[in-house]
Amino acid sequence: MLLIPCPYCGARPELEFSYGGEAGIARPENPAALDDAAWSRFLYERTNPRGPHDERWRHTHGCGRFFNARRNTLTDLFVISWKVGEAVP
Amino acid sequence: MQHFSAFALARNALTGHRGWQKQWRSPEPQSEYDAVIVGGGGHGLAAAFHLARDFGMNRIAVLEKGWLGGGNTGRNTTIIRSNYLFQESSSLYDHAVKRWETLSQTLNYNVMFSQRGVMMLAHTVHDVQVFQRHVYANRLNGVDNEWLSAEAAKEFCPPLRISPGMRYPVLGAALQRRAGTARHDAVAWGYARAADAMGVDIIQNCAVTGILRDAGGAVAGVETTRGRIATKKIGVSAAGSTSLVMGMAGLRMPLESYPLQALVSEPVKPVFPCVVMSNTIHAYISQSDKGEMVIGAGTDAYISYSQRGALHVTTHTLEAICELFPDFRRLRMLRNWGGIVDVTPDRSPIIAKTPIPGLYVNCGWGTGGFKATPGSGHLFAYTIAKDEPHPINAPFTIERFRDGVMIDEAAAAAVAH
Repeated sequence: MLLIPCPYCGARPELEFSYGGEAGIARPENPAALDDAAWSRFLYERTNPRGPHDERWRHTHGCGRFFNARRNTLTDLFVISWKVGEAVP
Repeated sequence: MQHFSAFALARNALTGHRGWQKQWRSPEPQSEYDAVIVGGGGHGLAAAFHLARDFGMNRIAVLEKGWLGGGNTGRNTTIIRSNYLFQESSSLYDHAVKRWETLSQTLNYNVMFSQRGVMMLAHTVHDVQVFQRHVYANRLNGVDNEWLSAEAAKEFCPPLRISPGMRYPVLGAALQRRAGTARHDAVAWGYARAADAMGVDIIQNCAVTGILRDAGGAVAGVETTRGRIATKKIGVSAAGSTSLVMGMAGLRMPLESYPLQALVSEPVKPVFPCVVMSNTIHAYISQSDKGEMVIGAGTDAYISYSQRGALHVTTHTLEAICELFPDFRRLRMLRNWGGIVDVTPDRSPIIAKTPIPGLYVNCGWGTGGFKATPGSGHLFAYTIAKDEPHPINAPFTIERFRDGVMIDEAAAAAVAH
């Protein structure tokens, strides 16, 4: 089980959290202006890296807030976490 | 290739079993091949076998970064079935089941395919309605599937508990009798031996590090940890690592790689006659011929390449197993492990050409690729050799996500499977 560093509450066990997928994928400002290829890139294509991965988590059974974290997907160790809206470290 | 038979076994027994040969060579990579398969699991080896046997390509290499069948082929729970809801899926998986039925003869290798039946339990009214719909849809598509009452399910699988007082009582089950299990390692070894006998070079400990392109953008070869290999056709069959390999060609894939865990108990005498699956409470169980109870868990929540998962995921599954089969509460678990599965947004696979000429991909099998091995290998070989998909895998493109023609088994099963 992962030990996840919530930037609001500190390190807590994974059971308190929900995974929110890759971070930093901005919803297009005007989806109607996109063609099908661009829209499907937004919806479906993911970086899926082996190594550092910026991702969203929600501390569902804690403060309830979303935040971002960087985790190494090969070791599952967290590098850093930061609040929504803060600059990407 | 040394032919395996009862006669060969007897002859070798008389000579102290010193006459057995190695089952495949360990060749040095050549500088050029007609086709290169990336990934030496069941799917990749089967594709190489069919390229050589059915499509007349004789200079083929299979590149494997580790050892044969050391990835998901050797880590799955060996369940084979074809009772998927949509016609595209049931055609695809039944193409494989039909080949499983003769695979041991085809390969001259005992893959221990056992059609002991796969029973999928219904625990809620919704389950009952959905599974009955599956039964009718399967029959219309020529795939066997039948509905059992809870009592009939218990008769088919006596250890099953059907007490109405359970948290998730068993209300009935869908049974596919042609479904079953096979010996996963034997599948990799059997395909490797048969492919090698037809001249396929199987190169282990050889990781692909780059995909080379010619001036027109088409595939020209691969860079590997054992040197450069020229080829005009590359078939990527790399399961959880597909995103990484395709990234070498500059392609982003609609895939995410998750850990999927399984575990086995201590071996016991034969007590469990079939395969039982419960999507609703996440339990997948059968008994291996060695006697171990083979148990599959769900995926972890997050993407990972660590080949291990969290204990609470397996605990969740074991709680469900103990609820369904109280007799197993005192069984000790011997081993658990994880594999990395590549999951598509609709939980259906991709066997297709890519936008890059000469680059083909077989991926996205998610949590259920083993069952498709013989069919997928044939279809992938067809696609590579003819540069166009077979009618069965024609719907399983990458572009279906762009075009909105998904094969939504995720919604059909309400679970990764």
